[in-house]
Amino acid sequence: MEIVLNDKNFEEEVLNSELPVLVDFWAEWCTPCLMVAPAVEEISRKYAGRLKVGKLNVDENPIISAKYGIQSIPTFIIFKKGKVVGQTVGAMPREALEAKIGEILNESV
Amino acid sequence: MSQYDVIIIGGGPAGLTAGLYTARARLKTLLLEKIAPGGQAAVAWTIENYPGFPEGIGGPELMERIGKQAEKYGLEIKSGEVVKVSPSSEDERFKGKLEKVVNTEKEEHKTIALIVATGTRPRKLGVPGEERLIGRGVSYCATCDGPLFKNRKVVVVGGGDAAVEEALFLSKFAEKITLIHRRDELRATKIIEEQAVSNPQLEFLWKSVVTEILGETEVQGVRVRNLSTGEDLTLETKGVFVYIGTVPNTGFLKGVVEMDKEGFIITDENMETSVKGIYACGDVRKKLLRQVVTACGEGATAGFAAGQYVGKWKDKKEI
Repeated sequence: MEIVLNDKNFEEEVLNSELPVLVDFWAEWCTPCLMVAPAVEEISRKYAGRLKVGKLNVDENPIISAKYGIQSIPTFIIFKKGKVVGQTVGAMPREALEAKIGEILNESV
Repeated sequence: MSQYDVIIIGGGPAGLTAGLYTARARLKTLLLEKIAPGGQAAVAWTIENYPGFPEGIGGPELMERIGKQAEKYGLEIKSGEVVKVSPSSEDERFKGKLEKVVNTEKEEHKTIALIVATGTRPRKLGVPGEERLIGRGVSYCATCDGPLFKNRKVVVVGGGDAAVEEALFLSKFAEKITLIHRRDELRATKIIEEQAVSNPQLEFLWKSVVTEILGETEVQGVRVRNLSTGEDLTLETKGVFVYIGTVPNTGFLKGVVEMDKEGFIITDENMETSVKGIYACGDVRKKLLRQVVTACGEGATAGFAAGQYVGKWKDKKEI
């Protein structure tokens, strides 16, 4: 299950997380965001215990969105020990997103 | 390896309509879609020229309806990006009659007929700064990113229907939109052009091209060259929305079917390509008009023609 991130819990859930975190920056009016949502959900199940997956609604959370300069959605950012270690913009096939995650987790998918 | 009568690649309006027709013809059909059904039409904020919807219909809603309709009749939709198409066994009884093998990264499928409906993707400007600033102010989808530019100044590059429609959409959010176009007049449908000209938030830079996008970590401006005077100017902007045409998604078919020099697939009036049993429909075809309504019409023809081909194949008739 993905966790719901917001301006308030971002530090605790993402920056202080022991596990790497994939953050999906999205909004309800963004069709490509809705198109990739099932893939993101699948990834959250498949990588449970190895990767935390969170969704941040950019409309409702302007502080974090501005902090990471989100100007296109979906944007996916991967955090490891509080640092940005990977970033990608735009809808993409699940396999492509997994490949990015794989690189960062150092495992093949 | 699974065996199908028809495989359709691409889940936009052309592919889904082809699937609607083949599914209703009781052909065993698989539609392979890279991300999710809907295609480029699904990011259209509103479609005002699809017949039957006098009040207009949202792209996502129309595509969801077409998808539902196809699935209702048994169309199987799977996610997967096709990386290779190849003819396999040649049936010697019928010259040139080939079964096709379709590969995604993980699977291999066999099919009698193949329908290519992979559409297009936005053409990039190809100027310095563009790649670096994608997602940092450079966008190819106003309906995805427009609301993130509330009260900002943005530019739209291009002068066709897509450029002007998206500029109008952006005027709901952005403070000012400058449309930069290489010609001295728009190439959009008249009714869209009229709306643009009367919109006070829109400004036009004619006979001009973007030569560079400025900014390190986010867009700060664009360099623009006036093609008649040769003069350069810098325009301050936070967003650059690019609508200068499209590129067909046909890389995986190179050397398989005939294409024009840009990569659009050449077909006959029955949507058949240079290879028997391989059809193409929708934006990926070389043609005059790329619209949802034309994509659907071609999808229907391709689905029907593929059905005839499969029928002859099964009856072992000359094709």
